[in-house]
Amino acid sequence: MVNREPVNCEFVWREISNYIDGELDPALRPAIEAHFQSCAHCRSVLEGTRNVVRLYSDERLIDEQTIAVPAGYSRRLEKRLAQSARVSGSRWSSLSAWLVPVAALALIAGGLRLANSVTHTPPLKVQHAQPGHDIPPDMVVVVSTDDDTKLFHVAGCPFIHDKNKVRSLTAKQAIDQGYTPCLRCMRKYLNVAGNPGAVADDDQDEEADSGVRGEGH
Amino acid sequence: MSGLGKMAEPIAVLNNPEQARTTREQDLIARVQRGQNELFYELVRPYERRVYAAALAILRSPADAEDVAQEAVVKAFANIRQFRAEARFSTWLIQITVNEALMRRRRERTVVMEAIDDRREEETEYAPREFADWREIPSEALERKEVRQRLADALATLDRKYREVFVLRDMEQLNIQETAEALGISTASVKTRLLRARLMLRDLLAAGWEQGWFSRIPFEKGNKPW
Repeated sequence: MVNREPVNCEFVWREISNYIDGELDPALRPAIEAHFQSCAHCRSVLEGTRNVVRLYSDERLIDEQTIAVPAGYSRRLEKRLAQSARVSGSRWSSLSAWLVPVAALALIAGGLRLANSVTHTPPLKVQHAQPGHDIPPDMVVVVSTDDDTKLFHVAGCPFIHDKNKVRSLTAKQAIDQGYTPCLRCMRKYLNVAGNPGAVADDDQDEEADSGVRGEGH
Repeated sequence: MSGLGKMAEPIAVLNNPEQARTTREQDLIARVQRGQNELFYELVRPYERRVYAAALAILRSPADAEDVAQEAVVKAFANIRQFRAEARFSTWLIQITVNEALMRRRRERTVVMEAIDDRREEETEYAPREFADWREIPSEALERKEVRQRLADALATLDRKYREVFVLRDMEQLNIQETAEALGISTASVKTRLLRARLMLRDLLAAGWEQGWFSRIPFEKGNKPW
């Protein structure tokens, strides 16, 4: 297939990437394009190579089906990032550092119920969720950013979904954002207090929820 | 070639999804740089697969690639305040990933022997095959998972030095200079390897067509350049 033109097939093949990328020496372009006109093989190489570049540059080639990332990759990446942030003393770190004592104090002083209790009641997400009553609006609570149950807890609650992915906020902010009190650690603010039967049912419900998620509390 | 870096600046950016994405990204970067660290994962999330793919292109081991991907993201987080708006965040992130992957590879392999082998192979010409019956694969075919898998399989058969250049240049959309810097090789080597990778993939896909890989892809009559 090699011809006797000044610009032969081997020369064209060497320059085909540059031609496609628009990086060809302008002085060479007329001769190479003339060669494409006369050489079917080089034309097919050009079109085939263009086809390759177009197909592989498509976003769909890096979608979840093609690049099979290991199971749990995203979760581990996010967790590692959060861990790193804590070690480096960043804001994530400082949050968790003061969160525990502050929230613990808030829990100890739980009897201090401020008069201006939270009144805003957005739609409840969890079936057995309750808005609670007399929750001090300034009480520091935590929510898991990796949990779709939309519950808020006192720091240290053993039922926080993922302790590596918590953020703190006030009870009022949590409620305004659609979170509801944890049935365990916020029990005294709920109507189930003093009603063992109701709590037992809730325990079963929550365990069932955990089973569905595949990740226990 | 329609890489992001080569797109012409649009005159009208209103209602442009790409522009909207870029604006949101710039806003996230600024907020993270001001200390809202909890937003960093949101910033990285759109590229986490690309990060993994870039690492895998260089290392080939899924476990090593994930490890390097994590290291790269953590390093990017640690250095986010050094990021300058004139660069693309994705390019910056991929370059960090490539650096991490190359450091990992250097620790595990004998670089000198590799370099000699690379030079020897690059000095030889590559002659693309002639095919009697090969048809262009339309972009619409990428809707089909099996087609995407065929393309991924073909890419996986390339030698590492070709695959890594191709992935960074044609899939991750780094330019020639960026690819050269990321891999620590000359721009001439990038061009040589890129050419070879593209021609080999063209031949692999053409052979696949002959073997019936893409036999159910509809194509227009006459859309058969060879």
